[in-house]
Amino acid sequence: MNTLLLATEATKGIDPWIAICSLATVAITVGMGFWTAGKSKSAGDFFVAGRSVSVGWNASAISGEYLSAASFMGVAGMVMATGYDALWYPVCYACGYLFLLLFIAGPLRRFGAYTIPDFAEGRYDSPMFRKIAVCFVLFIGFFYTMPQMKGAGTTLAYIFPGLPYWAGVVVVGAVITLNVSLGGMKGITLVQAFQYWLKVFAITVPIFVLASLVGHYQQHLAANKTSQETVATAPAGIERKTLPAKAPKDEAWIAPFGKLTTKAIDASIVAAKTPEAKAELEANKKPYSLLYTYSLIIALVCGTAGLPHILVRFYTNPDGVAAKRTTMWVMILIGIFYVFPPVYGVIGRSLTPELYDAVGAKGTDKVVLELPTLLAGRDHPLLGSILSGITCAGAFAAFMSTFSGLLVSMSSALAHDIYGRMLKPGASPEQRLKAFKWSALIVGLVAVGLGSQVEALEINFMVGQAFAIAAASYFPLLFMSVWWRGMTMRGAATGMLVGGLSALASITLTSISDVAVAKAKKIADAAELSAYWADHPLAKTIADYWVAHPLARILCEQPAIWAVPLSIILMIVVSKATEATVPADVRMKMLVLHAPEALGLKQEYIKEHEGLGGH
Amino acid sequence: MREPPPPTPVDIHSDAFLARMMRDQLKLSIACALCFVVALVALPMLNYFQPAFMAQRIFGFTLTWLILGVLFFPFVWIISYVFIKRSIALENAEAQAAQDGQTK
Repeated sequence: MNTLLLATEATKGIDPWIAICSLATVAITVGMGFWTAGKSKSAGDFFVAGRSVSVGWNASAISGEYLSAASFMGVAGMVMATGYDALWYPVCYACGYLFLLLFIAGPLRRFGAYTIPDFAEGRYDSPMFRKIAVCFVLFIGFFYTMPQMKGAGTTLAYIFPGLPYWAGVVVVGAVITLNVSLGGMKGITLVQAFQYWLKVFAITVPIFVLASLVGHYQQHLAANKTSQETVATAPAGIERKTLPAKAPKDEAWIAPFGKLTTKAIDASIVAAKTPEAKAELEANKKPYSLLYTYSLIIALVCGTAGLPHILVRFYTNPDGVAAKRTTMWVMILIGIFYVFPPVYGVIGRSLTPELYDAVGAKGTDKVVLELPTLLAGRDHPLLGSILSGITCAGAFAAFMSTFSGLLVSMSSALAHDIYGRMLKPGASPEQRLKAFKWSALIVGLVAVGLGSQVEALEINFMVGQAFAIAAASYFPLLFMSVWWRGMTMRGAATGMLVGGLSALASITLTSISDVAVAKAKKIADAAELSAYWADHPLAKTIADYWVAHPLARILCEQPAIWAVPLSIILMIVVSKATEATVPADVRMKMLVLHAPEALGLKQEYIKEHEGLGGH
Repeated sequence: MREPPPPTPVDIHSDAFLARMMRDQLKLSIACALCFVVALVALPMLNYFQPAFMAQRIFGFTLTWLILGVLFFPFVWIISYVFIKRSIALENAEAQAAQDGQTK
């Protein structure tokens, strides 16, 4: 009853095209879920889609899963807000797959495990290590789930202005949880592959139509003057609205080392008391922002190669060669996609500068959804509505597909690793299948609960956290386990835990003070402000420390540059110290990882273990 | 050090076979990774030391924007294509060598 009232309330003032396109996306997703439910029968279908997904389907599905709300909306918003430096995000999101391809994809698939914790246990013969790895899968998974949920909540609230934020979180959470428990990995593969093509369609078609009417990518970029040029000369026919005071200036926006990378030191310069201190900080500005850029690159490239929900997909390939081919196609598919979000950012800077005045979901993050509606004001009302309907459908597909991938990998971790291996090792396939469905339900509920709490945090920021933690934990683990025979369980676990947890700790430190500072900025009254800071002494201490030490702040905000090497060094040192515990059959394990399938070694490895009466 | 491949029997369970296989594959991976890493390191360096050069206009883009926003993607595709071709060829050669070794 209550929801019905809400719904009728919400339908006032909604563009019918936007509503139709969004609903159609949800309806097709649910429909495909039911359709595939009949086809997914065995536990293998649920966990790894029968290990028989073809290269084309799998590449589309991985790409569909990977292009999240952060990619679809966040990248465009970030390019618009901060300019050139934000381009590193799409480039490294796409190119991080190269590391995965070169060092991890093929061997990991050959090992023939179900999940990453399977690999951890199989490689080191250690049930203990499985437990550690499971915790990390769930941990990184939930971290990455929160921004997807936030994307769902804000987009739905944007489309249906009357709806509260949590409604979108609940709707998307329910739809995807239903889908995953109906069809498991096999069902979700089909849905995600469809959603990839929907997203590419939704990002390209509107921008091509728009560009042909209001001017192209390079023309809008040319309208921004560089520091070499004296005046901004917009090409003929290119319209540019006046930028509000909050928007970055042309020279800073179009050039490298802009707002994104200099935020920390800018704050220190403002707070500096003497002109000498100011001058010294100014001199350090560029080197620091170079450091920030490199650390960001490391986090994104290594993080991509260490995200558990992406890695779990490699097990759905029939063999190692297919895993490599799939990775190459994924790079091409997502590369094509990532060329376009910055175009929205650039054109948005010229045509919708009013977005600079608002923050987050109401500000530049909205540019992808907002830009097509401009056409409505230019004698193309119908075209504007249809195009914004299409981009909304794309946004829906974005957070639905990423969340479904996360849900599958986390449900697998619960059902396969915790239930099937730890709680009840003798479970029958039917019991494990049932466990998968229950796990999906539990994870879905927790994700909705967490998602409804994070309205205040920025999407791209949360995604960045997940990447930095994955870069400092899973990437070193996989890279070293695959290529170094001397690794021991203790070395692997120490490196992974210390790397991952120290990255997490330093990021948490920055976010505690950032959230407090953001709240403090909204307080106008001086007395109230000092009372607020008195209530939050920890945040105040940290925030003051950052202002005094901008370098420390950069290293904590982007920890990859020290956390990844730290993790790898720890792995080497601890493994050397515990050399005696290198698994006895390490040569056989390495052969399975690296020898071509044609030699049939995978079979041998499994038989050997069966013969020993293990597993 | 390297044994001449097909004529000598190859024991796939020998340390020598594993070491050679891993070395060959790792060499290929590292060579491809180096191309990529050099580009990743060089672009911020060029932006840092040659800002005027990188800011020149090409079809309306600045040079550095054109590289990072557009050209970087095909560059990585080329690396991955070369890697896939070579690594599949390498695996086939290894499988062939090992099978020849076993049948003899």
